[in-house]
Amino acid sequence: MQRIGVFVCWCGTNIAATVDIDTVVEAMKREPGVVHSSDYQYMCSEAGQSRIRNAIKEHNLTGIVVCACSPRMHETTFRKAAKAAGLNEFMVEIANIREHCAWIHKDRTEATEKAVVLARTAVAKLNLNKPLTPGTSDVVKRALVIGGGIAGIQSALDIAEAGYQVDIVEKEPTIGGKMAQLDKTFPTLDCAACILTPKMVEAAQHDNINLITYSEVDSVSGFVGNFTVKIRKKARSVKADICSGCGICTEKCPSKKAKSEFNMGLNNRSAIYIPFAQAIPNVPVIDRDQCIKFKTGKCGLCAKVCPADAIDFSQQDEIIEQKYGAVVLATGFKPIKLDNFDEYSYAASQDVITSLELERIMNAAGPTGGKLLRPSDKKHPHTMVFVQCVGSRDTTGCGKTYCSKICCMYTAKHAMLIREKYPDIDVHVFYIDVRTPGKNFDEFYRRAAEDYGVNYIKGMVGKVAPTNGKLMVQGSDLIADRQVIIEADMVVLATAIEPDQTAKSLATMLTASIDTNNFFTEAHPKLRPVESPTAGVFLSGVCQGPKDIPETVAQASAAAVKVVGLLSKDKLVSNPCVAGSNELLCNGCSNCQHVCPYGAIDYVEKEFRINGKIKIRRVAQVNEAVCQGCGACTVVCPSGAMDLKGFTNQQIMAEVDAICR
Amino acid sequence: MLQKQQLQAETIRRISGVNTRKCMKCGKCTATCPAHSEMDISPHRFVSMVENNEIDALMSSDSLWKCLSCFACVERCPRGVEPANLIEAVRVTAVRMQNRNRLLPENIPSLLNNKLPQQALVSAFRKYSK
Amino acid sequence: MTFDYYPGCTLKTKAKELDIHARSAAEALGIKLEELTDWQCCGAVYPMAKDEIATRLSSVRALAASRDNGRDLLTLCSACHHVIKRVNNDMQTDEEIRTKVNNYMSPETEYHGETKVVHYLEMLRDTIGFDTIRQRAVKPLTGKKIGAYYGCLLLRPNKVMAFDNPENPTVLEDFIRALGAEPVIYPYRNECCGGYISLENNELSAKKCDQITVSALENKADMLITACPLCMYNLDANTNSEHKTKLPIVYFTELLAQVLDI
Ligand SMILES: Cc1cc2nc3c(=O)[nH]c(=O)nc-3n(C[C@H](O)[C@H](O)[C@H](O)COP(=O)(O)OP(=O)(O)OC[C@H]3O[C@@H](n4cnc5c(N)ncnc54)[C@H](O)[C@@H]3O)c2cc1C
Ligand code: SF4
Ligand code: SF4
Ligand code: SF4
Ligand code: SF4
Repeated sequence: MQRIGVFVCWCGTNIAATVDIDTVVEAMKREPGVVHSSDYQYMCSEAGQSRIRNAIKEHNLTGIVVCACSPRMHETTFRKAAKAAGLNEFMVEIANIREHCAWIHKDRTEATEKAVVLARTAVAKLNLNKPLTPGTSDVVKRALVIGGGIAGIQSALDIAEAGYQVDIVEKEPTIGGKMAQLDKTFPTLDCAACILTPKMVEAAQHDNINLITYSEVDSVSGFVGNFTVKIRKKARSVKADICSGCGICTEKCPSKKAKSEFNMGLNNRSAIYIPFAQAIPNVPVIDRDQCIKFKTGKCGLCAKVCPADAIDFSQQDEIIEQKYGAVVLATGFKPIKLDNFDEYSYAASQDVITSLELERIMNAAGPTGGKLLRPSDKKHPHTMVFVQCVGSRDTTGCGKTYCSKICCMYTAKHAMLIREKYPDIDVHVFYIDVRTPGKNFDEFYRRAAEDYGVNYIKGMVGKVAPTNGKLMVQGSDLIADRQVIIEADMVVLATAIEPDQTAKSLATMLTASIDTNNFFTEAHPKLRPVESPTAGVFLSGVCQGPKDIPETVAQASAAAVKVVGLLSKDKLVSNPCVAGSNELLCNGCSNCQHVCPYGAIDYVEKEFRINGKIKIRRVAQVNEAVCQGCGACTVVCPSGAMDLKGFTNQQIMAEVDAICR
Repeated sequence: MLQKQQLQAETIRRISGVNTRKCMKCGKCTATCPAHSEMDISPHRFVSMVENNEIDALMSSDSLWKCLSCFACVERCPRGVEPANLIEAVRVTAVRMQNRNRLLPENIPSLLNNKLPQQALVSAFRKYSK
Repeated sequence: MTFDYYPGCTLKTKAKELDIHARSAAEALGIKLEELTDWQCCGAVYPMAKDEIATRLSSVRALAASRDNGRDLLTLCSACHHVIKRVNNDMQTDEEIRTKVNNYMSPETEYHGETKVVHYLEMLRDTIGFDTIRQRAVKPLTGKKIGAYYGCLLLRPNKVMAFDNPENPTVLEDFIRALGAEPVIYPYRNECCGGYISLENNELSAKKCDQITVSALENKADMLITACPLCMYNLDANTNSEHKTKLPIVYFTELLAQVLDI
């Protein structure tokens, strides 16, 4: 028989205001196995914990139930307290009478009744608990960063500086991400390349960083501290180790009709290309869909002109396998497609562009050499209209429900830069709200309006009609309560952003969760913002939610610290709540193996003595180091052979009984 | 008086099926409206005025008779508010009152011409009268 | 294939061309149109207010008759199509309207929106196929530049009409290509012509129609086509006469019959 202590927490007024604490304390005294029941205002405080420790000793308790907040908050706290008093830490159960009870009920009687039920359920379970001892596992001292934008670069640099090996896997031929495409950056207007390229070089030259570009993650297995990752290195058709990056091949290549991805399709590139001059690595790649050699077998000019003999048309995709202790997701974003917003005539007119396209047009290294020219006729524009919130804050299913967060600021930046460089251009900005929280951000926006004369119009654009070489922008001016028509030369759409489409498949591979918008979910929105709920997987940059560069870098460094914290451990304590099969009951059906998301179940042939005869049977065996204790196998097992330590079928049934009592 | 407007507003919200609270006051409806030049109260204001029970002003508004039911505002509203439904609901509430029919059969002959399709007459009767 | 056919009031009188050529072309293309017996006027405008029951009944009668015939219901006039399709949607999705209508009509079998409503253009696109029309074109309109005028009712609200991209539609353009002509894409092809407002406010309709025709002319259209008698009337009667002579407007079925040489 257990000797159980129950501790009911008030959580200040959080619980006590809705649940009658005394009733719960008294009710628990009557539960089987309970020898002590008490309450305190803040059980998690040092004073509360010491009450628990003392009670354990005084009453010789074999287990405790804490009726308090969610176990996600303080389970670890109370386990530590129990351990300090000499109890096995798995003899602790939490009854969540805050989130599951006090916070969701208004009626005090109802809430109190439910709190009693939740508490006695925990007691019923605890009566069947057995002490468990966690095992340990090794930590591979190497990190994987997926995505080589500013987020991935910063995380990698910080991890590398702490002395650990890092691989960056980047799917494009170069690292740099979107920031490499930007012209100048708010709020200080320093040029993106000037602050990014040194970091790219630093990453490339760092002894502890290994760049794996033009590559994607193929599969992931394993668990925190010990992931095994297969990476597909796509064939560049150029031998990276001997290419000197001279670029002769890209000049001589006769196939020059491919749209430049880096320049947002505003100009063309050759079939063999380096995305931009400061690309890292500075090694070209052959786009096989565009290459004449690959299409017709003829040409091969690049191979003839290459002084280093680096062209290799026969190169194949290569799979490399590597072990990692931790994974950082830094897969970033892209602007949404505008197919659902044809009222803005993006498809109908070349002079209606996205903001990212404008970045390329304004960039000295861009398709126009930094001159602001209309794409259609390469003429200087006189009137420009910016439309904010295009595809953001849209609940109709055409766009995204969220605010993309960066567009108010970069639109102010664009408007200001244009007015500064070309004071003759009239600049109008249609906005619903201008959202500029952040250090020096609102001042920045007001400067655009006050010092640079950008005309901010509160309202939205309903239609852009290309007419006679102009764009008739029909919008509303809500302050004046009128409809306005602006004859513009260019229209710039502050287009909503969404996560890279690979986020979904990566989430599946890593069992990391994503939200309805495909942004990676954090373990706790406030207290664990850079960790995924999956142990050993960390989040960096826009792949977790829209953010600008300062925030991205801050989060990237935070994720790096979490990685370093993990890699600095020699051993990880593993969760003892793992599955195990009762081999006498197992019928070898394979159901459990099929559902296990971690591949933790194998089958062995074993000899059994049945009715005096020796029989060989196939039975399931759980690899405890791999099992994450999700319990999927216990549910599908038809013979009841699978059980989860700490959550046995018996314990669950006891809980159900206690609820239904 | 106030109470009357409130009751009317409730009816209008119900029969239009519009949840006025969904409006984020972006003004895309007003930006879109092809009849705006003739309107005294803009489509986006219909939404907030119904929300605030200011029905009397809407009932005597000229906009009621200018809306073309072209559904451009419905199509482009980013929040699925459907302002045209609201204007229709106010219009219906107006013509259902005594002596508020805007189009009377005796006026028809003067409006007719030999090309005018039946459709125009039927539509106008449906829109302007009970 | 046989469709139940709902012509609507205007097609029997002022828009005879729209109707006659639609029937002859369908026949030539192997489609049978069975005119619904006893159809009544749909009311020409969709009753947006949810408590309007009587004004929905004529549409439901046509829809239920078509259900009983076991056929899809084919429409031609944009307004009829709009009204009938939306009322059908109400019968599928709005419990209250469905109950009230069924209570009132008390049909043998309650109507729950089972009938599929098909516009003539959808039939050309999805049942016959524009490629077939291209092959059957006896007198293709080679060299002609034709602007499609969609208006509002065919396309919006897209959530219910689900006809084409409401801001950048293609069905009429594909139709024009199938006739051997070149479609002219101009920005105001889905803007309102003024609709019924022309009855009491000619100027507004004239303003709208001018914008449409000027825009089509600017993009070098030789003529406009439409599927709606009211659009036809407004564009014809309310357009500045100078533009009108430069830009004739016809029903799309007239051109179809002409190209098929019927
Ligand atoms: C028009 C515009 C202007 C902006 N201006 C500013 C500004 O002035 N100031 C500012 O602070 N912020 C600005 N921003 C925001 C800024 O671009 C972002 O904050 C920043 O780029 C986020 O970096 P990231 O690394 O998270 O994402 P990204 O830059 O998108 O990098 C992600 C990287 O991961 C790679 N990747 C994706 N999926 C995979 C995969 N499955 N495997 C391998 N690699 C993968 C991508 O190829 C990419 O290289 C602007 C944004 C836009 C659109
Ligand atoms: S020519 Fe050869 S060395 Fe020069 S960039 Fe091309 S592949 Fe590299
Ligand atoms: S940041 Fe500004 S422009 Fe972008 S979605 Fe949010 S409010 Fe709209
Ligand atoms: S439906 Fe009425 S209010 Fe809405 S855009 Fe058309 S004319 Fe304007
Ligand atoms: S478009 Fe929609 S959300 Fe915007 S003001 Fe109009 S009704 Fe409100």
